[in-house]
Amino acid sequence: MENLLSWSTKENLSDGVGKVKNENVLKIIEIINSCDQETRKRIEDDLVESIYQTATKITSRCVKKKKNGIIDFELKLDQLFTSRYFGFPIMLLLLTSVFFITIKGANVPSKLIASGLFWFEEHLKSFFILLNSPRWLTGFLVDGVYRSVAWVVSVMFPPMAIFFPIFTILEDAGYLPRVAFNLDKLFKWAGAHGKQALTMGMGFGCNAAGVVSTRIIDSPRERLIAILTNNFVPCNGRWPLIIMLSSIFVAASFPASISSFAAAGTVLLITLFGILITLLVSKFLSKTLLKGEPSAFKLELPPYRKPQILRILYTSFIDRTLFVLGRAVAMSAPAGGLIWILGNVTLNGKTLMSYGVDFLQPVGKAIGLDGVILLAYIIAIPANEIIIPTIIMIYSSGSKMIDLELDQLKELFIQNEWTVLTAICLMFFSLLHYPCSTTTWTIYKETRSVKWTVISNLLPLTIAFIVCFMVYRIGMLLIGS
Amino acid sequence: MRIFKRKTAHTEDLYQIEIMPERKNNVIALAGNPNTGKSTIFNRLTGLRQHTGNWPGKTVKKAEGEFTFKNEEFKLIDLPGTYSLLSTSEDEEVARDFILFGNPDATIIVCDASVLERNLNLAFQIMQITYRCVLCVNLIDEARRKGFEIDKEQLEKEIGVPVVLTNAKSGEGIEELKEKMYLVATRLIKPNPRKIKMKDSIRKKIDLLVPLINESFTDLYSAEWIAMRLLEGDSKIFNAIKNGKLVELVNKGKLE
Repeated sequence: MENLLSWSTKENLSDGVGKVKNENVLKIIEIINSCDQETRKRIEDDLVESIYQTATKITSRCVKKKKNGIIDFELKLDQLFTSRYFGFPIMLLLLTSVFFITIKGANVPSKLIASGLFWFEEHLKSFFILLNSPRWLTGFLVDGVYRSVAWVVSVMFPPMAIFFPIFTILEDAGYLPRVAFNLDKLFKWAGAHGKQALTMGMGFGCNAAGVVSTRIIDSPRERLIAILTNNFVPCNGRWPLIIMLSSIFVAASFPASISSFAAAGTVLLITLFGILITLLVSKFLSKTLLKGEPSAFKLELPPYRKPQILRILYTSFIDRTLFVLGRAVAMSAPAGGLIWILGNVTLNGKTLMSYGVDFLQPVGKAIGLDGVILLAYIIAIPANEIIIPTIIMIYSSGSKMIDLELDQLKELFIQNEWTVLTAICLMFFSLLHYPCSTTTWTIYKETRSVKWTVISNLLPLTIAFIVCFMVYRIGMLLIGS
Repeated sequence: MRIFKRKTAHTEDLYQIEIMPERKNNVIALAGNPNTGKSTIFNRLTGLRQHTGNWPGKTVKKAEGEFTFKNEEFKLIDLPGTYSLLSTSEDEEVARDFILFGNPDATIIVCDASVLERNLNLAFQIMQITYRCVLCVNLIDEARRKGFEIDKEQLEKEIGVPVVLTNAKSGEGIEELKEKMYLVATRLIKPNPRKIKMKDSIRKKIDLLVPLINESFTDLYSAEWIAMRLLEGDSKIFNAIKNGKLVELVNKGKLE
């Protein structure tokens, strides 16, 4: 806190309407300065002390205690959840279960929705042909806009509708602060604030929300670290991609009986890698650009509460699922149109798309991806949700209609030279790359700094390239041997 | 190190609300410690469905909602949960500035019944700034299950403001909360919060400062609080006094 002594009394204190009179301001300063430093420094402590004394007096008269059965039980539960030996295993077990249920549960509805929406696509197309609509219009609206929207809905909706409510139940029951408690030591090691675990938890839902939630961190230094690293946990726009690739590529390398476990395990590993990067980058930042010691904080472990199931279903459906889905649909429609245009407008006998893909191809190949994937990442800057639909649309543009169920989808990827390694690199790239435009805008609003906003994008991008390059090289070595 | 510009967009929003001179409805602030169920109370009162969660700091932005009770219109502002109004993290500043400058017609202080003693710290700090308060002792079901029994009448007498015991999840006590909030906001009752004793040396200085501050504001309840902040050397409050911003804000927010 600033010292009043340093305020000049000679400042220009003009009288004006509604202002405190100059002479009064001077008198105020005089009184303040007449009070000795020690007393002034202790005002806050003195006040809090007398407030606590009063509070104790009052509660001793007004609150009576009879028994304490439940408190003991909660204490036991806390000892288990935050135990040195069981805390982490329980955390991992819960996380894996959430992924497993999501993957297992999303499979069937995903297929149903996909076949329904693509059945409709055929009819929509016949309808357009019946109306004699020009070929470019049909292509633009049906192959571009409708197909990408249908993709987003069928691929994203089921996992989200399962994942969010489960996650919210854990949050509502009071488990999240226990996670923060467990992770506190790690964040302290990284020179960051323990509450960063909570903001990271919010990031699992949406990075923009995660960035806003960093307001609970008092120290600007630690808050900035939390903002810059929030991107490293997958948000709901990226879960579907990671879950899908784990299911169709990685899990397929395992026997069918354990493939769902393998998929859940892969998602878990990717998530843990994201947390590891979060810690390493936090550590790096607090040793270089944002030097400082981690500050102490008080985390209240809230009581366990029975989650309000109906409310959770409602809010996770309206606030999260529909919101994210709506955004994805809104973004994928114009992107679908754009892709159709890029794929169909030619310049010197070559489509605009091929120019872009050819240009990006060497860069993509170097990190285990390809030009199409990188182009998709550029087109999908507004929303991570539409990466996979964009890739599919580019691959299948020009080709005849294909039925897009998960098996055929894998076929399409393999035709385009994908391997398990490509899928793994893409998962890493998706985990790391850069925040979506909404998050970037939020970062700017929260930091009010162009510099930090730029860093928040370049830092992850650099890390993404380095990690993917290394994963690709190591993967190639393993395959080669 | 200066990373954030001090005044953030949402603090400005708060000022904006108050600078609207044609304030028709009653403004009610909802304050309290984190994780005491403020958002659930908010949803109960307004019928909105603000997202709630079980961890401290869930609500970092303020939320607004409106509702009608006994033909009076009320605008409810859900403030971020804070442990105190004294420190300076951004969410706490939002809550403090609103109670101070927003001049709400009533402030509902939400407490967790099971840890009432701890929660009263913030309650007393708020009651230093405004006397128009209702103490809402929430999560009473949980407290009862844990074996606590709260003597409401006694608490009311001790603390000097209306007390309501609620369980926002089930709706218990919500009607009574509305009723008491209505009485306070429409000036039908005038709460008289218990004063906190201060050390004599500080008391004397405060007594000197209050008339100086009050010369520019007629009957400013929070003058004592402002005096105390000044003594501590709070430069923001000092500047607000010096450049007249405080006067402007307080006067414009006033109903009477």
